[in-house]
Amino acid sequence: MAYSGWRIIREALTGNAGWAPVWRDPAPRDAYDIVIIGGGGHGLATAYYLAREHGLKNIAVVEKGYIGGGNVGRNTTIVRANYFLPGNSEFYSHSLKLWEGLETELNYNVMHSQRGLINLFHSDGQRDAFARRGNAMANQGDDAVLLDREGVRAHLPYLDFDNVRFPVYGGLLHPRGGTARHDAVAWGYARGADRRGVDLIQNCEVTGIDIEGGKVTGVQTSRGGIKASKVGIVVAGRSGQVAAMAGMRLPIESHVLQAFVTEGLKPCIDHVVSFGMGHFYISQSDKGGLVFGGDLDFYASYAARGNLPMKEHVMEAAMTLMPMIGKARVLRSWGGIMDMTPDGSPIIDKTPVEGLYIDCGWCYGGFKAVPGSGFAFAHLIAQDRPHDSAARLRMDRFAKGRGLMDEEGTGAQHNLH
Amino acid sequence: MRIPCPHCGTRDLREFTYQGAALAQPEGDWSPDWDSYLHLRDNPAGETRDRWYHNPCGTWVVVTRDTVSHAVTGGIAAREAGA
Repeated sequence: MAYSGWRIIREALTGNAGWAPVWRDPAPRDAYDIVIIGGGGHGLATAYYLAREHGLKNIAVVEKGYIGGGNVGRNTTIVRANYFLPGNSEFYSHSLKLWEGLETELNYNVMHSQRGLINLFHSDGQRDAFARRGNAMANQGDDAVLLDREGVRAHLPYLDFDNVRFPVYGGLLHPRGGTARHDAVAWGYARGADRRGVDLIQNCEVTGIDIEGGKVTGVQTSRGGIKASKVGIVVAGRSGQVAAMAGMRLPIESHVLQAFVTEGLKPCIDHVVSFGMGHFYISQSDKGGLVFGGDLDFYASYAARGNLPMKEHVMEAAMTLMPMIGKARVLRSWGGIMDMTPDGSPIIDKTPVEGLYIDCGWCYGGFKAVPGSGFAFAHLIAQDRPHDSAARLRMDRFAKGRGLMDEEGTGAQHNLH
Repeated sequence: MRIPCPHCGTRDLREFTYQGAALAQPEGDWSPDWDSYLHLRDNPAGETRDRWYHNPCGTWVVVTRDTVSHAVTGGIAAREAGA
């Protein structure tokens, strides 16, 4: 049943007795045409677009936990398209356009809020770099406004503009950047996929990938074997383990990234603010909590929690940038498992095994990519050729040294992004 | 985490810089072995061996630790580990 204002009023008057679960909980069948491993944002979006864009039926998503229990429910919810390099630029631009139509598309309120994102700069050199990035974004058809110091002050009066180490020189405003409700994105895609006949199979861990004569024939799971002629791996931080079931080693190392949220406060931060020099970024959730984070802990980890030195570093950066935050109290913190590639950019590609596809390497930016990644991965699986928006997200770019997308300019090497 | 330095004893994480998986560098010119060494990773969830640099004393340490529990079980000088 579709959601609407009328429906809410009617349910309110009838004791909210009419709401029902919005997706089924099916047992796995013996065979599907396509099995997607991983029921996170990207996997659900992939299944949704396979059904929606390519008219395919007979699709299963297998998830070892529950829908929305992975990184899609454990991130800082930022949505943006402010990339510089070809490859990333067109991909994230396409993804943001999908975001802008997502609520209508899914008939689901994902609370997408284009409140504007400001990247701060603190030197003449950084200003030049951001002017260039802004031009690249405009060339891609996205929006970017270079703000001077007073321009930033008009938006963010609470910053410490005269910090001796990082005085604020200005910022690059990306007006269409913002945030969304992370859980709702998973739920919206899950509901949309289920309504188009996709089986969402939870508590079903993949334990093996069946390959015969160089072709994939199905997967083994904790709930039995499932035959499939096409299998997509989209499992974020666990990519290494699942790929190993097909005999592959990936250019991926899993790292921990921490994030923090304060107690709920009245509205005080209206934008997404990114303080790159301090490895710090912040926004305020609709519930009032200040949601912020920093850089990786910078060692391989699956612990889903970080260490104290990075917490200290993030808190110091917060105090450096906006001393008012010292009055807020941190409510909780958590760590996510990030599938880091050597150049910090993602992979959507075929594998050496026929019928086996992989979507991974989202590093610390997977949330904003959910619609674009699902769209492009569905296209690759259905058509057996990449979608234009993701044509450069190739796995062999590291071995060949061509087409690397090293946004930070630090080199395509593990541990530098 | 606290990490054992063979010279200085067990020290705070903050004294170390992480370099990554402790892999043997291939010989000779470019080959798929170099791609494997530079880019591809086993990326284990569990026991792993990686290289850490102890900034105060300048020792490269090969650390054995668990990537799931963060338990550190050993650390020897990279020279002695042969990696």
